Amino acid sequence: MKHYEVEILDAKTKDKLCFLDKVEPNATIGEIKSMFHKSHPQWYPARQSIRLDPKGKSLKDEDVLQHLPVGTTATFYFRDLGAQISWVTVFLTEYTGPLVIYLMFYFRVPFIYASKYDFTTSKHWVVHLACMCHSFHYVKRLLETLFVHRFSHGTMPLRNIFKNCTYYWGFAAWMAYYINHPLYTPPIYGEQQIRLALIIFLFCQIGNFSIHIALRNLRPPGSKTRKIPYPTKNPFTWIFLLVSCPNYTYELGSWLGFTLMTQCLPVAFFTLVGFVQMTVWAKGKHRSYLKEFRDYPPLRSPILPFIL
Amino acid sequence: MASSEEDGTVEEKENNNKKRTKSALVTAWLTFYNIAMTAGWLVLAITMMRFYIQRGTHKGLYRSIARTLKFFQTFALVEVGHCAIGIVKTSVIVNGVQVCSRIFMVWFVTNSIRQIQNEESVILFLVVWTVMEISRYSYYTFSLLHHLPYFIKWARYNFFIVLYPLGVAGELLTIYAALPFVRRSGMYSMRLPNKYNVSFDYYYCLIIVMLSYIPLFPQLYLHMLRQRRRVLHGEVIVEKDE
Repeated sequence: MKHYEVEILDAKTKDKLCFLDKVEPNATIGEIKSMFHKSHPQWYPARQSIRLDPKGKSLKDEDVLQHLPVGTTATFYFRDLGAQISWVTVFLTEYTGPLVIYLMFYFRVPFIYASKYDFTTSKHWVVHLACMCHSFHYVKRLLETLFVHRFSHGTMPLRNIFKNCTYYWGFAAWMAYYINHPLYTPPIYGEQQIRLALIIFLFCQIGNFSIHIALRNLRPPGSKTRKIPYPTKNPFTWIFLLVSCPNYTYELGSWLGFTLMTQCLPVAFFTLVGFVQMTVWAKGKHRSYLKEFRDYPPLRSPILPFIL
Repeated sequence: MASSEEDGTVEEKENNNKKRTKSALVTAWLTFYNIAMTAGWLVLAITMMRFYIQRGTHKGLYRSIARTLKFFQTFALVEVGHCAIGIVKTSVIVNGVQVCSRIFMVWFVTNSIRQIQNEESVILFLVVWTVMEISRYSYYTFSLLHHLPYFIKWARYNFFIVLYPLGVAGELLTIYAALPFVRRSGMYSMRLPNKYNVSFDYYYCLIIVMLSYIPLFPQLYLHMLRQRRRVLHGEVIVEKDE
């Protein structure tokens, strides 16, 4: 069996960083990354981007050396992706924040409102309902992160956690401040409005969860394969007929329900910003589905049936 | 065979012609736009100088040029559109931030808070803006006409070194002077309780705007310094990627 020699150069300076000899032909990029890590312990595999061309795309961990367009002396270029953090860690941190922060406003912890309101509770029952819904939503997200989601990427850049937490925690504080304020005004149409809002919210929460389960079942444990999602026996998944990313559709629905329930402009604003971001993601996902699968159902739209 | 080849080249020629007329139209529009803006700011400069020479004071100067200033500064929003559709090579964000801060100063501070219109800081930023815009728009005009006198290029890429900080000082001092009047009148503000369950305090908003100059101004200034090195000294600057 002929062995390969692998040299790794810095993509920017072209300095020789590492030379590996006697590499097996069936070695994967992932294994090469581990070997590189041994000689440069500060660059753990998750922050290595290995590519054939200094300006080219990153090679995947699963790529096998002998199947790449390289000679028996393979030259790879390395780029440092910067400090990395696992997706699970980011999700857990960014979702725990809103849960705790909202509750702090709900219980009217001191120094938020005038001191005469410390530790009092709102006289409006919709405020209690809103707290339950908001908390339920984030507990659901935390449990899904721990037990449901199967992530294709292990890590993301460290600076994302600051950006994401600022967004989630900041908006949670802004919304919670007004909903739990002593001068909060309940919805104009009273019980009817709140009841309708609650139905929409619960419907979309169940829908969103159903989609997450359906997506999880597409992918065997530990794998990173991608398949076209299809409707299952669960009626909440039948929306797959019309939409590529129904998890975002249901998420939008949940927040619209919450906006209606609380009649609070900051909530509407949060819903809008979230919708814009999710539309960007949905369009990207839809495009990659179309690129990867020739037989992708043509009736589907990225996020809103027939519209967007 | 021969005819299909001909069709191919005819189509190509048509497409090339379309591209050429499109870029000729674009150049014509940009040239007109930049000439118009240069003229507008020149008119502002001349009106301001005449006012000061005739009256000997800056009191009432803002009111005399208010309408012209509002027109030409607001029209500059068009430039953000230019960047967005790509006919101008500046980033939408850089241009957007600059235009928005100008619009904000004109409409939401100076125009709406009468009591500060005679402050010296207003004259400071007006003079700075006028000089900057005349040199900037004439630079663009001459570039488009492919006849750029060196002193215009020199002015555009050197005046800002002193004028940017002076302009920022004028703007910040004006906002600071406006604060007590905003607080007293409660303008642009909304209090609880209301049916939207939101509140807004323009006074604190202005303070946040003032604080935002701290991260934003150095970035714009350094951006201009990098542009200057590239244009005047032909240095190749390696931008930080990602």
